Amino acid sequence: MSLNNIWYVLFVVIVAGYLIMDGFDLGVGILHMFVAKNDTERRINLNSIGPVWDGNEVWLILAGGVLFAAFPLVYASLFSGFYGAMMLVLLVLILRTVAIEFRSKRSSHRWRSAWDLVFAVASFGIALLLGVAFGNIMTGVPINEQGYMFPNVVALLSPYALLIGVTTIAMLALHGAIYLSMKTDGDLLARVKRWIPRLLLIFFVLNTLVVAASLLLHEQVSVNYLEHPWLAIVPAAALACVIVAWLMVRRERYFTAFILSAAMIAGLLFSAAIGLYPNLLMSTVDSAYNLTIFNAASAPNTLTVMLIIALIGMPFVLLYTGGVYYIFRGRVQLGPESY
Amino acid sequence: MTPVWLSRLQFALTASFHYIYPPISMGLGLMLVVIGIIYLRTKDPKWRRMSFFWVKVYGLVFAIGVATGVVQEFEFGTNWAEYSRFVGNIFGSLLAAEGVFAFFLEGGFLGLMLFGGNRLGPRMWLAATAIVAFGAHFSALWIVMANSWMQTPAGYEILPTAFGVQAFMTSFSEIVFTPSFIPRILHVWTSAWMVGAALMLSVSAFYVLRNRHLDVAKANFKTAMPFFVVFSILQLFLFGAAQAEEVAVNQPVKLAAMEGVWEDTSCAPMTIVGIVDVQNQTTYGIKVPCLLSFLAFKDINATVQGLNSFPRDTWPPIKLTFHSYHVMINLGMIFVAIGLLGTLLAFWKQKIWGIRPALWLFVLTIFLAETATIAGWWTAEFGRQPWIVWELLRTVDAVSPNLVAWQIAASVGMFVVLYAILFILFIYLLNEKIQKGPESLEEMEQTPVTSLPDTFRDVFRGRGGRARA
Repeated sequence: MSLNNIWYVLFVVIVAGYLIMDGFDLGVGILHMFVAKNDTERRINLNSIGPVWDGNEVWLILAGGVLFAAFPLVYASLFSGFYGAMMLVLLVLILRTVAIEFRSKRSSHRWRSAWDLVFAVASFGIALLLGVAFGNIMTGVPINEQGYMFPNVVALLSPYALLIGVTTIAMLALHGAIYLSMKTDGDLLARVKRWIPRLLLIFFVLNTLVVAASLLLHEQVSVNYLEHPWLAIVPAAALACVIVAWLMVRRERYFTAFILSAAMIAGLLFSAAIGLYPNLLMSTVDSAYNLTIFNAASAPNTLTVMLIIALIGMPFVLLYTGGVYYIFRGRVQLGPESY
Repeated sequence: MTPVWLSRLQFALTASFHYIYPPISMGLGLMLVVIGIIYLRTKDPKWRRMSFFWVKVYGLVFAIGVATGVVQEFEFGTNWAEYSRFVGNIFGSLLAAEGVFAFFLEGGFLGLMLFGGNRLGPRMWLAATAIVAFGAHFSALWIVMANSWMQTPAGYEILPTAFGVQAFMTSFSEIVFTPSFIPRILHVWTSAWMVGAALMLSVSAFYVLRNRHLDVAKANFKTAMPFFVVFSILQLFLFGAAQAEEVAVNQPVKLAAMEGVWEDTSCAPMTIVGIVDVQNQTTYGIKVPCLLSFLAFKDINATVQGLNSFPRDTWPPIKLTFHSYHVMINLGMIFVAIGLLGTLLAFWKQKIWGIRPALWLFVLTIFLAETATIAGWWTAEFGRQPWIVWELLRTVDAVSPNLVAWQIAASVGMFVVLYAILFILFIYLLNEKIQKGPESLEEMEQTPVTSLPDTFRDVFRGRGGRARA
């Protein structure tokens, strides 16, 4: 396996890490207005992610840094080509941070409801933007000979991309709901429990549509699967995770369901990554202009140094992240320094 | 207005705003460790109250620092795509390393620091705080390392590729230890410590002026004072001076702009305060003879190169560089003066509590310290122009080719509005928090401090009360 392949896998792992870790706190934000009805419940919602959401966002920063270091040409094309969308991502990310931090600082009802709304809308916005961006990556973008694209905003909002955007919202809401079921109590928990089957159904339908649309409209994503049919084990495993997660939810084994929902997110992302391989950005102008993990990568010595850095650093990251989650395990109880 | 100009404006704006917060994460982090240690040694509850108070401020600062920091990371790709391609192999790896090594450490342990007061015993809480503070310093290390590579690139080779020339790594250790890295990181850390100590001095002085929380405020003031004076002296005479020496060797044209030196001068004077007249190529002000030659080269007869010895198209913006630099060094001198004055008044018969103008001066100190820090970065970054990577890539050639002016103008507008709102809210909430002051321990503590888990074993066996979020 070449360094480029290793870094492709690692990059997908890091993006999956982001979607799983920040995914549940985005999901909590998406559900915020629907499940939590009064100030106490909303505080419990916020505090369920309180000690961890900042750390979860680091996965996004890491994904950005790794893309910059391992595939600088893709980083440059993608970020500059999606300029407006990127600025919107930054806007909603900042608004979300501000909402979480500032909500509890005053006790006025209007102040708090306003920030609740900002928190919820920003969480929706991030999920939608990520999904739409991903949809465009799946369909390809107008990359030219120089490796740059000049897309117009309307073209980015294709029905296919929007479908993936909405599916992402449903997926993260589901993930967040399962997380909340481990963290909440009483009426709030009862409402969360009612949402889980609905979200599962919505997500399942939307995701089936995405798969169908991908196979029918964008046949390039199925080439790798036709060549190596055994790879279908990855999407099959993702499907299995959804089904077993459903069973676990019915048995109220929420921790197992959460692990399965995380595995499902990783499975879906890897299924897409297999479809894209070896492209990172497909050109709709000419496939000769595709940016791949080979022509867009850093040199082997950089990739080697980065690999060493990752091998030293990541075990520690996983170890202490696990430790922190362990310390904050159990259902939320509000205290004097809670949000 | 061109895309380059607008992108520069946007980067300058967002980076300057971002850098209000990281020095507090570092400096206040260090001071929180100090307070935590004092509490462990004295067991006096007022230090614990102080920790509870400052940790809340820290949380606010940290969150805004992260949110505005993401903007910085993304902007390399959005606005400076040509730069990103050129340096991806090198600069990108340092940013990624920051994420893996430092940022996860901060982000992961921040939760324990912010919410740990009632879940962890004082030793474990202090450990979490120390790790976050360490992470903040470590994070700065990688960022300054990456920036130092832009100032004094080393360990690279330039090779042609299908997508233009790019810089490739030849030696990772040379990339890490570029000639400017060590002096610059020491300079940056020390400035952050000054900011942290200054914040405590300001808030404590404010409480004394308002006659509130006197026992906590006075103790806090007297703890921060020695740190502030020592750091300000070290900064002016050691780390700041070493930084100027490094610039003299590696970026002589930047030094000439900082000091307003027009012609090659032996025994060059240093302009302490002054103004620069670009049209007439003259620098007016109070000058100390031969000081610049001595500071830059440790030899009063050494020749300092003047701007006219360099091609005009390699001159940085002279006025901006000169004045940013002078704001920084003048404030640096003021810090030593007020630091010595404050130490004298605070420790000699405790006279300071009665001298209101002196206390107001300390209230002002945090704003001065932040100003000096930003002015320092302006000196470094404006002084690097017209290069984005020193003598390798010009800023005008680094911008994304696929951007149009109105897009960037729109995003500049967005950041101006967003950051203005953010700043107003930040100041408003910080003020509210400060007005409220440290709470009594009865309000903060849910369980007696002695029953909290205070060793690894207690924490991970769930003894002494289960952790809650």
